[in-house]
Amino acid sequence: MSNETKTMDESAIVKKKNTDEAVESGLAKLTQERIKNTINQVLQSETGPRFKAYVETCMHCGLCADACLYFLSNDRDPSYSPAGKVKQTIWEMLEKKGEVSIEFLRRAVHIAHTECNVCKRCSMYCPFGIDIAYLMLLVRRICHKLEITPLYIQDTVNSHSATMNQMWVKEDEWIDTLQWQEEDAREEFENLRIPLDKAGADIMYSVIAPEPKFQAGLIYQMATIMHAAGVNWTMPSTPGWDNSNMAMFTGDNEISGRIARAFYETAARLKVKRVVMGECGHAFRSTYDVGNRWIGWAMPPFEVVHALEFYHELLTSGRIKIAQKYKKTVTLHDPCNVSRGRGLHEMAREVTNMLCDSFIEMTPNREHNYCCGAGGGVINCGPPYKGERMVNNRVKAEQLKATGAEVLIAPCHNCHSGLEDIIHHYNLNMEVKFLGDIIFETMEKKIYQSGD
Amino acid sequence: MNAFIDFIMGPMVWIAFLIFIFGLILKIVLIIKDVNAREPYIYSYMTLKHSLRSIAAWSIPFFPKSTRQSPVFYGVSYIFHLLLFLVPIFLTSHIVLVNEAFQVSWIALDDSIADILTIMVGLGLVFFIIRRIMVPEVKYLTSCKDYLLILIVALPFITGFIAYHQFFLYRPMVIAHVISGEIMLIYIPFSKFSHMIVAPLTRAYMGSEFGNVRHAKDW
Repeated sequence: MSNETKTMDESAIVKKKNTDEAVESGLAKLTQERIKNTINQVLQSETGPRFKAYVETCMHCGLCADACLYFLSNDRDPSYSPAGKVKQTIWEMLEKKGEVSIEFLRRAVHIAHTECNVCKRCSMYCPFGIDIAYLMLLVRRICHKLEITPLYIQDTVNSHSATMNQMWVKEDEWIDTLQWQEEDAREEFENLRIPLDKAGADIMYSVIAPEPKFQAGLIYQMATIMHAAGVNWTMPSTPGWDNSNMAMFTGDNEISGRIARAFYETAARLKVKRVVMGECGHAFRSTYDVGNRWIGWAMPPFEVVHALEFYHELLTSGRIKIAQKYKKTVTLHDPCNVSRGRGLHEMAREVTNMLCDSFIEMTPNREHNYCCGAGGGVINCGPPYKGERMVNNRVKAEQLKATGAEVLIAPCHNCHSGLEDIIHHYNLNMEVKFLGDIIFETMEKKIYQSGD
Repeated sequence: MNAFIDFIMGPMVWIAFLIFIFGLILKIVLIIKDVNAREPYIYSYMTLKHSLRSIAAWSIPFFPKSTRQSPVFYGVSYIFHLLLFLVPIFLTSHIVLVNEAFQVSWIALDDSIADILTIMVGLGLVFFIIRRIMVPEVKYLTSCKDYLLILIVALPFITGFIAYHQFFLYRPMVIAHVISGEIMLIYIPFSKFSHMIVAPLTRAYMGSEFGNVRHAKDW
């Protein structure tokens, strides 16, 4: 009797959580033996003393809860607290020595993939600095090995695997898009080039696949900035041009390593001095912090520079000049991967102030900023989970609303898309922009001719 | 029975101290050996500077931003942890025992002050218990093991307090005090109490990742 009640309760919990066909068909194929072996293999052979220390040292104090946007947005529901999510996943896997149910895994994949942005804010709230994001990524690794990764993000990984880019962009489409942007830009800017495969250039510029797929204007913008600044740059025509890495977020470390390797090898082939990345956070995390480790580099073999840092350099060195500062009131969202992940938050403020007349801080900010709710692969789990994502990031909406700013600057693609969803859902009447958008609007668009 | 009590009150005290000290040393050695064997790459990221920077930042009361968001918890916690060490170390009767054994002594707390401080430790533990029952996100994480930890810390203080005041059962209370103290010491290296040495290590690692790789603060 009590067992029946328990099962009913469990299914009631599961019902209100979304799922998708990849998760469901994956779960349907699982056997108890495979579940047990996979969990134990990952927890025993793929972890080490760090994992042990994290699990053994956590005092169950609950202080991490206040760090988490999911917990705060869901009226302090403890099942959304960081340690609460570890309890519902890793602790039980350890306690039951991998003998967990299908129901448990359905919940675990949902938690790890859609209720945690692996933003690491909670590590600044845990007095011991326990890396809870790492534990959630470990759950995703287990889900990957059990083949129950959510459909949409798995599709991006499949694309990575087959094409080395995230969006099934074919090689000729990629080159064609760059040439199309170059052609368009040349109508406005004399002699503008998007140099392909120029060996020995100072800079390789690298973007994520959504740019050629549906935001080609961003490549156009960057080309005009490079043109105005007179930068000796190039873009690769071959696979390795896409710096995004969704496999990093699904626990498919093998594909993730292949993506990072293709990226570094492309830079090596072009003999560039350094790589500038577009305004993307997770891609930066992949090439600066994660992908390099998997393939054996302590730090990236090339200097990897986020667009934000590059803009700062161009503006402070006077290589691009601002004709007229941006008039609308702006606020700035610190993406986890460039602020907490790379400490670029002060630079972001300097760039914003160089570009804009009126800058309003949101609170909290810098390393302590609330996550966009989209990053860490959460938005990439796609439409089945969008409604939840809106509910799960109410605090972000409140934080944005309190600024009263007209424009929200977000120097990260995932943040950008996530924040647009939030703004639309909560009717915030704000416009989301990249720093590049504002530079393009405000800079002196001088016509550069070589030899000037 | 008397022989057993003599053992508990005599050699076992030293054994407990040795297990406590060498247990913690062994724990660190095993962690380092395990890191060397399985995750040696973390040394590429760890720096002394950033490790100490993070540990120092988190050692200054109310310096980390998140500690200021939970002032009551951290206030109680700072005082509790401090007293946990201060009271036993500077208690007159403990110093007398050490003096008998090693002919060394140090400044002692006034007994009435020690009394108040002991009550404060007790109140701290009561606070932790109430928090585990009342605060939903803590309750969610709590199991009986967490109460066991509280009990193990509480017993030496409660029994010591009763024995000192000779409220009742003086002799059994002294024996209970010694046994519970020994249990606590022995339990430390093999339980979550080992956070006294493991937490600085996890903090150092996270501090290094933040300071050295991420160029950001982790407080």
